Amino acid sequence: MSSEEIIYQKATSMSQGETHYCPGCTHGTVHKLIAECLDEINMVDDAIVIAPVGCAVLIYDYFQIDGVEAAHGRAPAVATGVKRVHPDKMVISYQGDGDLLAIGMAETIHAANRGENITVIFVNNAIYGMTGGQMAPTTMVGQKTTTTPSGRQPDDVGLPIRACELLNTLERPVYIERVSCHNSPNILKAKKAIKKALLNQKEGKGYSFVEVLATCPTNWGLSPKKSYDWLEETMIPYYPLGNFRDKEV
Amino acid sequence: MSKKILMKGNEAAAEAAIIAGCRYYFGYPITPQNEIPEYMSKRLPEVGGTFIQAESETAAINMVFGASASGARSMTSSSSPGISLKQEGISYLAAAQLPCVVIDITRGGPGLGNIAGSQGDYFQATRGGGHGDYRVIVLAPANCQELADLTLKAFDLADEYRMVVMILADGFLGQMSEPVVLPEPTNKVFNKDWAVGIGKKNKVASLILSPEDGLTKHNYVLKEIYDRVEEDVRLYEEYKLDDAEYMLCAYGSSARICKQAVEELRSKGVKVGYFRPISLWPFPYKELKALSVGKKKILTVEMSLGQMIEDVKLAVEGSIPVDFYGIPGGMIPTPEAIEERVLSYE
Ligand SMILES: Cc1ncc(C[n+]2csc(CCOP(=O)(O)OP(=O)(O)O)c2C)c(N)n1
Ligand code: SF4
Repeated sequence: MSSEEIIYQKATSMSQGETHYCPGCTHGTVHKLIAECLDEINMVDDAIVIAPVGCAVLIYDYFQIDGVEAAHGRAPAVATGVKRVHPDKMVISYQGDGDLLAIGMAETIHAANRGENITVIFVNNAIYGMTGGQMAPTTMVGQKTTTTPSGRQPDDVGLPIRACELLNTLERPVYIERVSCHNSPNILKAKKAIKKALLNQKEGKGYSFVEVLATCPTNWGLSPKKSYDWLEETMIPYYPLGNFRDKEV
Repeated sequence: MSKKILMKGNEAAAEAAIIAGCRYYFGYPITPQNEIPEYMSKRLPEVGGTFIQAESETAAINMVFGASASGARSMTSSSSPGISLKQEGISYLAAAQLPCVVIDITRGGPGLGNIAGSQGDYFQATRGGGHGDYRVIVLAPANCQELADLTLKAFDLADEYRMVVMILADGFLGQMSEPVVLPEPTNKVFNKDWAVGIGKKNKVASLILSPEDGLTKHNYVLKEIYDRVEEDVRLYEEYKLDDAEYMLCAYGSSARICKQAVEELRSKGVKVGYFRPISLWPFPYKELKALSVGKKKILTVEMSLGQMIEDVKLAVEGSIPVDFYGIPGGMIPTPEAIEERVLSYE
């Protein structure tokens, strides 16, 4: 009889406990990917996650690693302070679209422009989840939210902001990629990108940014299945997936 | 190290921070405190430290948050409008019990105001400009030497109580040059077991959602610390109060002017002395009350429309009249004007 072989198990960097995320929410998926990557690159004992203000504010509860909770939008600044004190630790700034592109836009751009050796995971679900479904900088044109009751009107509030394209105008980032997690093949690609972004930091290469297109079924008012479809049909055409920057340094 | 060096107040404070072991400075330019970031940008790399000119005061204080959460001694500095922006971070630092030093070299306000020294930010400093039930230790130097000494002390206080310590000095103090004997390091060691990056899987956070009374309990933990600080850290100076009939009460630059007024008035036979709070929070209520017994009147002097006077009144609890003389908007009260007011009591 052949010996037993473990082909799948929970990442050791994840903690025990129940999820507080809604059914069909992809925050949990992204957490899992980060945990698996930390395991695989052997950084569980050296990782520090910076929590945003948003639905992922309790992210540190899901990991058995160090965690620091930042004020809304300030995660890249907090990450900068942490990284400068602990240059050998792996510092991950995990942020939603309101956190990263609205209130924290300045912190986002300037951390990237300094080329801080950190990894930013940007979860773009086109809405403010935590506060109950208001418009985000990434809300799609025509998308109904609680503050755009007749759909986002560009003449009034502008067009959705594309984070990867924006950061791609800067010289200092070494890695910029947009992925999605609405189905298995894309989740696998997302994991590859996250792993690369973490490895870059481990190797001292510099600032890496991964945007993950994500769902918020609750505030989109869709079932989990329909929200995956909506992401694919509405978001991906506007937010093209792929690599924007992969600099050899 | 007991050599006297002619230094600007801002530079003396910056060097004192380095002597205290501060190796992380994050700031954003604003007059009249620019010599602090400029000095740090030159000095910190020489001692293996990190200087970052942040994109805003908001970012700077949050970088301090990260460095402090990582167990390092870190600081920022600014002036009034910039301190307004730092209030968000100060509230979060207070909530997460993270130590740091914030130097506020104040200017005239409200709004953009002007760049002259002013004392219009007493309320902001002592009442907490940020949200929530928290306190910040506030120390107010009156000369460059004290600016250096109190900055050094601020780092130890911050670490001891795990609190934000603010140095509140007006722009005149930041900009003037005086001989300074740089302080010696205290070399006190503080346990920072709570920091991230030391292999303990620590969490530094301020959100407390559960249990239902979790935040209430945390607020009481903070209160216990604040009570201890109020017991332990009441700093003040008294001058010629023993036989005085009148008491002048002032902090910072105003107190220097009061000292001159005391001398002039004494030479005219008027029995007057002064009380100078050095810690503005905790305010030396007890000491002020005790020293005011038997005095006919207190004159509070400020470079503002009257802010500290509220604490003076709280201290004496209506036992004696408290008068006010002040000038806002970056102007300095003259000793003559103070003398004239006191002479009008006779
Ligand atoms: C200074 C400040 N402003 C506003 C809020 C309220 N707030 C909490 S989360 C949030 C937006 C969250 O949206 P996003 O960043 O997209 O994250 P998500 O919840 O969708 O994951 C806002 C506005 C806050 N906590 N602090
Ligand atoms: S509100 Fe949206 S983002 Fe927040 S947990 Fe629910 S589905 Fe996820």
